[in-house]
Amino acid sequence: MSRQSNRATDSKKMNSELFTLTYGALVTQLCKDYENDEEVNKQLDKMGYNIGVRLIEDFLARSSIGRCQDFRETADVIAKVAFKMYLGITPSVTNWSPAGDEFSLILENNPLVDFVELPDNHSALIYSNLLCGVLRGALEMVQMAVDVKFAQDTLRGDSVTEIRMKFIKRIEENLPAGDDQHIYIASVGLNAS
Amino acid sequence: MVIFSVYVVNKAGGLIYQYDNYVPRTEVEKTFSYPLDLVLKHHDEKVVVSFGQRDGIRVGHAVLSINGVDVIGKNTSDGKDILEYLKDPANYPVSIRFGRARLSSNEKLMLASMFHSLFAIGSQLSPEVGSSGIEMLETDVFKLHCFQTLTGIKFIVLADPRQSGIDALLRKIYEIYSDFALKNPFYSLEMPIRCELFDQNLKSALEVAEKAGNFGTGS
Repeated sequence: MSRQSNRATDSKKMNSELFTLTYGALVTQLCKDYENDEEVNKQLDKMGYNIGVRLIEDFLARSSIGRCQDFRETADVIAKVAFKMYLGITPSVTNWSPAGDEFSLILENNPLVDFVELPDNHSALIYSNLLCGVLRGALEMVQMAVDVKFAQDTLRGDSVTEIRMKFIKRIEENLPAGDDQHIYIASVGLNAS
Repeated sequence: MVIFSVYVVNKAGGLIYQYDNYVPRTEVEKTFSYPLDLVLKHHDEKVVVSFGQRDGIRVGHAVLSINGVDVIGKNTSDGKDILEYLKDPANYPVSIRFGRARLSSNEKLMLASMFHSLFAIGSQLSPEVGSSGIEMLETDVFKLHCFQTLTGIKFIVLADPRQSGIDALLRKIYEIYSDFALKNPFYSLEMPIRCELFDQNLKSALEVAEKAGNFGTGS
């Protein structure tokens, strides 16, 4: 099938500075509006979630990735395909729990924090918390409940930026028909690893 | 014109988009004298032919208009019952237009959610583990192609059995959905899609697919 040549939405390259500055403006505005870092973190997560539940369809439509058979495959797809596609970076996947239901993404150069110096009065702010929401929302749409949080952050003096992801459960109530057997495979995968 | 229509069903089985690209018109108008040699009956708020198939008028066709005026359900335009009206010899000769009644949006909604269940039954009936649901349903005059995404949304295309390239079209529609419905911040998830840009892009994708899908040999 021939593709339309002048598609308005071919994934465009754009200047990442505009993106990081826009995100910076968003966070500072939230800090003004809420005056409480915890609340800002919550808002960022919520916004991220709303982005994630939509972004997942874009990701699946464009990447033609099939269903992941276990959490390790999920981790690989997130790090190698999704982060690459949307942020241009490839985090490393490490620190697997013995049960294989928990891992860390180590972000070498988080594009969101390119120009950021966290002031002292925002010690509890998780600046890039939007990413957690995005990951949680996107995975929820493919029937995985996952706990996502920043375990370390270079902005707060840690040596690396680490996002910790913990598999909670399969969301079986909205599992699409014909995917029942994957629950089995997924749980076997979890136990075996 | 070989792609008939497109349906999008959300993960709960609700129809969120429907577009008829091409509806074959099978309408016949004929003038009758008394007594009427067709047997008509009430069916589902319509008057349909139950016996006496002839001249392209088939069993199941509904009365669409009488003497050039459209009927309203099972009544004539001025509110009289059609069956009563046609019993009266004084009203003859009468010209009646028959045709297949279009599906109402309500009926489409019902059929979509029925297909949703059928899809689930399909995967459960499977003798092999790891079966998907219904991907294709073939009849004499059309093929139904269904593509379910990992998130549970179904894209359904009804097309001519000889039309090729439907798989690519379904992927394309998924892309259009993710672009023009989901990236529109004012579109709420799981709700009916009423986006101008989605319509436009879907239509042009159908045109492209119709042109590209070679029609077997010879055409």
